[in-house]
Amino acid sequence: MDRIPILKFGHALLVTIQVDMHDRLATALEEDLTARIVTHNARGVLIDISALEVVDSFIGRMLDNIAAVSRILDADTVVVGMRPAVAITLVELGLSLTGVKTALNVERGMAMIHDRLAGAEADDADDED
Amino acid sequence: MPTTKTERVGIKVSDDVVRVRQLTRALAVEVGLSLVDQTKIVTASSELARNTLDYGGGGEVTAEIVEQGGRRGVRLTFDDKGPGIADIEQALKDGFTSGKGMGLGLGGSKRLCNEFSIVSAPGTGTKVTIARWK
Repeated sequence: MDRIPILKFGHALLVTIQVDMHDRLATALEEDLTARIVTHNARGVLIDISALEVVDSFIGRMLDNIAAVSRILDADTVVVGMRPAVAITLVELGLSLTGVKTALNVERGMAMIHDRLAGAEADDADDED
Repeated sequence: MPTTKTERVGIKVSDDVVRVRQLTRALAVEVGLSLVDQTKIVTASSELARNTLDYGGGGEVTAEIVEQGGRRGVRLTFDDKGPGIADIEQALKDGFTSGKGMGLGLGGSKRLCNEFSIVSAPGTGTKVTIARWK
């Protein structure tokens, strides 16, 4: 079966969804990402959905689940690049993705993750004093 | 109302949901719907195709380009021979689900379209028709 590639980028994982996902592919991504957060000790997950023309309730729920699971595993999830038409449709559908952090593009999303990493490192340094 | 184009897609496996989305997109573009309206009807088609598969045990969609009073639109009819819905009003409420979904499929699809109708009874299957007009 196909898999969505997950790239490691420092302490973050980067996923760019480039295909129109069928449901099993979305479920596989959820499982793969959860496993990779643990094996790579990742503190952030960046999901780029700028190529997605449609986010329905199944994919919306997948994004919500990934954010919730990664939070429990001490990693932040940021979803970036949502198209305006997709955002309008999601809200009308009734899915506001309240548990998911979003940013306009990859650059801003990465900055959010880096801010959190910097904060965590500062805390670690305080602990050592 | 006159129909200028008709296509049918069987909905038997999860890949078919993707095919339904692609067909709906192609017709919405052909009719000249705006990008937001395209996205709305494609999203609704995805929800309803998944319902047909998950709750109806599979079925088919009839996708048409229709004309009425000089306006063109896309009309989709999802048909399954599954267990049917006993309480349609309850099924349309957000948050209601008989399965593992979020319960947004039917009510959400209704909000995303200009027209929505559902015919269903226990044991006779379910037929959902939606349309989006330019």
